[in-house]
Amino acid sequence: MAETTSETKKKPAPEPEPALLQVVASPHLSSTAQTTQRMMIDVLIGLAPVLAMAVYVFQWYAVVQVGICVLCCLAAEALFTAWRGRHLSLGDCSAAVTGAILGLSLPWSAPWYVGVVASFVAVGIGKILFGGLGQNIFNPAMVGRAFVMICFPATLGATAYLLPEAGLRVVTEATPLTAAKQLGAATPLWPLLVGTVNGSLGETSAIACILGGAYLCIRRTASWEIPAGVILAVAALGGIANLADVGAQWTVWHHLLGGALLFGALFIATDPVSSPLTPRGKLIFGIGIGVLVMLIRLFSGYPEGVMFAVLLMNAVTPLINRWTIPGPVGGPVPAPVGR
Amino acid sequence: MAATLTQMEGRGTFARGVHPPERKHFAEEASIEVVAPPPQIRLPLLQHTGAPCQAVVKNRQKVVVGELVGKAEAFISAPIHSSVAGVAARETMVTLPNGRHVPAVPIKTDGEQLTGQALWDDLYGGEWPTSGLEQYSPEQVVQAVRDAGIVGLGGAAFPTHVKLTRNEKKPTDTLLLNGCECEPYLTADYRLMVEAPEPIVTGALLAGRCVDAKKVVIVIEDNKPEAVEAVRRAADGAGVQVAVVKTKYPMGGERQVIPAVLGREVPTGGLPLDVGAVVINVGTAAAVARAVVRGKPLTHRLVAVSGAGVAQPKNLLVPIGMTYGELVAFCGGLAPNAARVIAGGPMMGFALGSLDAPVTKGTSGITALTTEDVRRSEETACVRCGRCVDACPLNLVPTKLAEAARHQDWDVAKRYHMRACVECGCCAFLCPAQIPLVQLIRMGKAEMPRD
Repeated sequence: MAETTSETKKKPAPEPEPALLQVVASPHLSSTAQTTQRMMIDVLIGLAPVLAMAVYVFQWYAVVQVGICVLCCLAAEALFTAWRGRHLSLGDCSAAVTGAILGLSLPWSAPWYVGVVASFVAVGIGKILFGGLGQNIFNPAMVGRAFVMICFPATLGATAYLLPEAGLRVVTEATPLTAAKQLGAATPLWPLLVGTVNGSLGETSAIACILGGAYLCIRRTASWEIPAGVILAVAALGGIANLADVGAQWTVWHHLLGGALLFGALFIATDPVSSPLTPRGKLIFGIGIGVLVMLIRLFSGYPEGVMFAVLLMNAVTPLINRWTIPGPVGGPVPAPVGR
Repeated sequence: MAATLTQMEGRGTFARGVHPPERKHFAEEASIEVVAPPPQIRLPLLQHTGAPCQAVVKNRQKVVVGELVGKAEAFISAPIHSSVAGVAARETMVTLPNGRHVPAVPIKTDGEQLTGQALWDDLYGGEWPTSGLEQYSPEQVVQAVRDAGIVGLGGAAFPTHVKLTRNEKKPTDTLLLNGCECEPYLTADYRLMVEAPEPIVTGALLAGRCVDAKKVVIVIEDNKPEAVEAVRRAADGAGVQVAVVKTKYPMGGERQVIPAVLGREVPTGGLPLDVGAVVINVGTAAAVARAVVRGKPLTHRLVAVSGAGVAQPKNLLVPIGMTYGELVAFCGGLAPNAARVIAGGPMMGFALGSLDAPVTKGTSGITALTTEDVRRSEETACVRCGRCVDACPLNLVPTKLAEAARHQDWDVAKRYHMRACVECGCCAFLCPAQIPLVQLIRMGKAEMPRD
């Protein structure tokens, strides 16, 4: 890699006081407002309301699940980075963010080994194998979750969420999406908004997701075009489904507020590394996720489809980037005139 | 002050761009001071974009202020005149801030010459006509500008007579006077507009005659209300309009100011002439007025010396050929925590390794930054956050261009329009990962195959 800075120390000829003059390429000013680490910490701050609601609803289970995932992601990053002989960078908090999102996407009942395996796969295969921070194609947390979903299907399936004799009231009912798919029942909207329903740890409270997500969008840590695209597509397709079946109890609002849609749109899909670079690309990416979520919810055997939708659109992101290369102001560079 | 434009097609601003700290307070209140001629000057024979000059003075030849020192044969070139009275010496070599080694004529100062207030009056003071300029035909104006060696004083140093020569195939309808000065710290153009707006207006009218412009507009950013006032008063009734645009970097670039004022996009690889506009700096306009009305060549220029790294920031009227070090000494020398001295502004200027270089026609300012000013975090990996895409005023994807340059991937470089980049620095300014985007892109442009 080319040397990017050089410092030459010279005494300027007519100067009475000696000074060290740096010779560095322009620009010589740098906006101090944002660093990569600050962006990651922003995501953790945005996740705070979500985590708070998760602890409120699922209590000790939430703490254990998220705790295991965060610790294991940090451990995995330390292990694999050292293995590659690279310089350790846990301070940039990206592994902690992966762990938090992964933990919040698991059900309350998942055994400890699910979190551990998911974390090591998320960081090891989802991130380090591709080359570390900034190089992965897929969202690392979703890679980990997809892996354990296939390895331990019973622990992440619809039945894992339900425990009819539990002391915790919320887990005695099926998740809203499962109830809709298998029983045709529609959960009232208010519990969906507040979060007093069953589901993955982070997905239940729409309000918490919106609060945290709005913070991220305002801080420009998350690009608003992505959740905008997701919500637009879901609203459109959910609206069509609603019109096709006017009497249905499960309306487009249930689609928007229920399940992992808001959590996915605001925290998972907005991972900058695995999403497109340009505003237009981000909108297309968001719309694609929304369409895929609705297809999976309406026509497949799975009650929820956010994880698969995100992974599928991650795969398409390089193509979206290629399709949405912006034209420079003033038009493309003209072909050189032959002399 | 909001952007105000009357009968302008543009909306007073352009898309994207960044807002670096303006930091004009260091030098904006400092009235222009005239620097006394130094014991010796060195005149580089290449101070402009184009072909170098050839020296016409010999060793030990006596010269007066304004005497021709370097003659220009090519069309895209500009003659060089002495800024002091004295004795010429044998040609020597100097290193310019951009790294080029060029021949230069040293002149030892000796004899009678205007200094102080008398020099100021000669250059900028007195009466400047805004009517009766029809007596100067466009050909006369262009010849006077060429003979005076006037080049763009905004920094590009392009020979002005080339810009003002009428092009039959590409007619012009608007002449813009660039008083934006969008770089942080720099205040020379601002002080000129406040203290001597009259020659700017005269120069604008003369230049407008050359290109047969139907509209002559002086463009100023809205963070300079005093300058707007002063220029408006001077331009009142003269047929020159004033457009106030939103303060944003890089508003002073022609690819941004023309869309902002006229709503037209300059084609990539093309010139403002392709959309019927000509842009010259306000300082250049004042020099044009001086050349045509008073018959004086370009020998002095305004230089702002600013930043926390210099003891007393000032705006100086400088004889061309003085060293950067002499100007910094005039301003009290470097502060103890000075870390970087930049020729120009902090966004696009060159860092100087030695203050021994001579000030040329293209030197618009000297910015001295402290260690605090230039402190950066460590470089980390690009997380494709897209801030550079959101900032690039030319709508490019800087992170992809930097990546292509790093890996010498010329297919990607071409696909993402690398040659359209003007190296303004908006992307690198914002990058959270502190990636040296402009440096990488500059490298890529240099190494990219020609085709």
